[in-house]
Amino acid sequence: RVNMPVFPQYLTPKQEEELRNIANAIVAPGKGILAADESTGSIGKRFAPINVENSEENRRRYRDLLFSTDKSLAENISGVIMFHETFYQKTKDGTPFTKVLQDKGIIPGIKVDKGVVPLAGTEDECTTQGLDGLSERCAQYKKDGAQFAKWRCVLKIQQYTPSYQAMLENANVLARYASICQQNGLVPIVEPEVLPDGEHDLETAQKVTEQVLAFTYKALADHHVYLEGTLLKPNMVTAGMSCTKKFSKEDNARATILALSRTVPPAVPGVTFLSGGQSEEDATQNLNLINAIKGPKPWALTFSFGRALQASVLKVWEGKDENVAKAQAELITRAKANGLAAVGKYQGGLDSAAGGQSLFVAQHAY
Amino acid sequence: MPSFPQYLTAEQENELRRIANAIVAPGKGILAADESTGTIGKRFASIGVENTEENRRCYRELLFTADASVAENISGVILFHETFYQKTKDGTPFVKILKDKGIISGIKVDKGVVPLAGTDGESTTQGLDSLSERCAQYKKDGADFAKWRCVLKIGAHTPTYQAMFENGNVLARYASICQQNGLVPIVEPEVLCDGDHDLETAQKVTEQVLAFTYKALADHHVFLEGTLLKPNMVTAGQSCPKKYTAEQNGKATVVALSRGVPAAVPGITFLSGGQSEEDSTLNLNAINNAPGPKPWALTFSFGRALQASVLKAWQGKKENVKAAQEQLLVRAKANGLAAMGKFQGGQSGKASGESLFVANHSY
Repeated sequence: RVNMPVFPQYLTPKQEEELRNIANAIVAPGKGILAADESTGSIGKRFAPINVENSEENRRRYRDLLFSTDKSLAENISGVIMFHETFYQKTKDGTPFTKVLQDKGIIPGIKVDKGVVPLAGTEDECTTQGLDGLSERCAQYKKDGAQFAKWRCVLKIQQYTPSYQAMLENANVLARYASICQQNGLVPIVEPEVLPDGEHDLETAQKVTEQVLAFTYKALADHHVYLEGTLLKPNMVTAGMSCTKKFSKEDNARATILALSRTVPPAVPGVTFLSGGQSEEDATQNLNLINAIKGPKPWALTFSFGRALQASVLKVWEGKDENVAKAQAELITRAKANGLAAVGKYQGGLDSAAGGQSLFVAQHAY
Repeated sequence: MPSFPQYLTAEQENELRRIANAIVAPGKGILAADESTGTIGKRFASIGVENTEENRRCYRELLFTADASVAENISGVILFHETFYQKTKDGTPFVKILKDKGIISGIKVDKGVVPLAGTDGESTTQGLDSLSERCAQYKKDGADFAKWRCVLKIGAHTPTYQAMFENGNVLARYASICQQNGLVPIVEPEVLCDGDHDLETAQKVTEQVLAFTYKALADHHVFLEGTLLKPNMVTAGQSCPKKYTAEQNGKATVVALSRGVPAAVPGITFLSGGQSEEDSTLNLNAINNAPGPKPWALTFSFGRALQASVLKAWQGKKENVKAAQEQLLVRAKANGLAAMGKFQGGQSGKASGESLFVANHSY
């Protein structure tokens, strides 16, 4: 018999091809993701400043507004991540949101994690739960129209964190999630977010991001995850929100590319940045610079923005039907701006209702 | 916030980055002439040359005094300790000969493989003791890069987690010490081609080994932009009954690297292993032509695959030196073209088709 180690099959070539095609479609040039997967609690925080009641109908109305936007939205939005409730909601005339999106050529995605939970014995560190029954849930979501999923882990920069334990644990849970997704035909978006809370400088943020990504990709390797059928959703590298020293956007972009080039294998087709607490305009400009500066960048560099695509939309909507068209116009404006930024061609100044407002929420957790 | 004590100054980083980039400049690669005393003896035996210090000196003089045009395709030479301090007949240090041609000198710093007890024939590599002082001295004496070879074997139950972890770690320690002393570390986690495993297995094992390697380098803060990787090309085992084309090997190699090697690494300088001169060149060419993300230079660090025809032509005789040097130029040019994916094939040398496989190759 042949004297070699055994590598039981993880995916068939057909499964690999399907995942690869989905991932590539999501990060097609000039396109990125609308992260509309705010949990019930989180969307409530978005509704509060515009005095909209956090009811199921309002949540439905709001996402209806987003997804019924003119189909030109699909020129810059390749996919939308949804929360479970939203995934099964419909327009007023009874069309499932997933169908509305598919008809525009936009790929539906689903947030599958069940939020952060504390790691006992750590300095306020956490892991993310949601693995129980995940395979069955993924199979169902796939049947019902999802092609990709998302799972968010959170790491914090404090004096002694992130700890080895937190980095190892979060990377491992991300790898388990990714593996289960791929077995069920969903492209896993892997999100190991390093929070911007704190007074640390840019260099520290860069080094921590490198560490976290090293743990992440080692775990993915150990769990045989098919990298060509995944996407990464990291933080951009920036100094802490309370850092006294200010850094330029060019500094941030350089630090971001350095961190990624040192840790993210070229096989990963794309990096879809989260916007964190950045204002709409900052997020777009930062993304643009990341694309414009020199450096080894073998992956697509695009967006998966929540707040940075929706702040102006919410501000203009204010919960009123008569504002829907104007609110949708804001979405198109931000989508177009970020689509340009994703190819390094954003000229700046595409005005939005909330363009410059910081969207920082301390210790952002679900 | 957490503390990240300085690993290298910006000036040190710049120097390492400059050296690494120079080594993998387009169309150029490395002549691995660092055979230990024992190993060069095996090469000499096949041409009936006695393994004396003078013969070793003679042979390397032949290599390093080849026409200056060799520097169009050879950016660096790796030397063994003895060779590093040898001179030409007229007393010029080899390191100076190379420098005058614009060729960078490198030094093999490991001290060979040692067994890992409790494993099925697995090994680690020794050489860390006083490595810092040794590196500092080599740097003073003209070296700008170093090399350290680890060996992993594909067997029914190998490579084990232990072997991959241990070798990844010792490579990271070596790399860290080199960089502290201004030497670019070439990191070599060779997966041997011994065995009857298929191409897919070779690819998966190579991916695993690379994952362990780069995690260790990350953990030890190694500055990737100032390193090079010297991996095996991905090929099936020597005794695998199924045969694969250079194109298949090239594809498998690029896939493995794209999954395991961060884009920050400036270049990959493949070892030739037991491949013939011609196969090595064809495979390198296929790698450069394979589809896929390839953000690093893909070039050569060949020993046997640059020297087989040279040795055969030389036969230890003075009157054959020019002809032997000509063989080196031919192979260097061929591989320089392959490093750009432009090799047209058929640049044959005296030994170009011969397999150079040595079972269980170790120092």
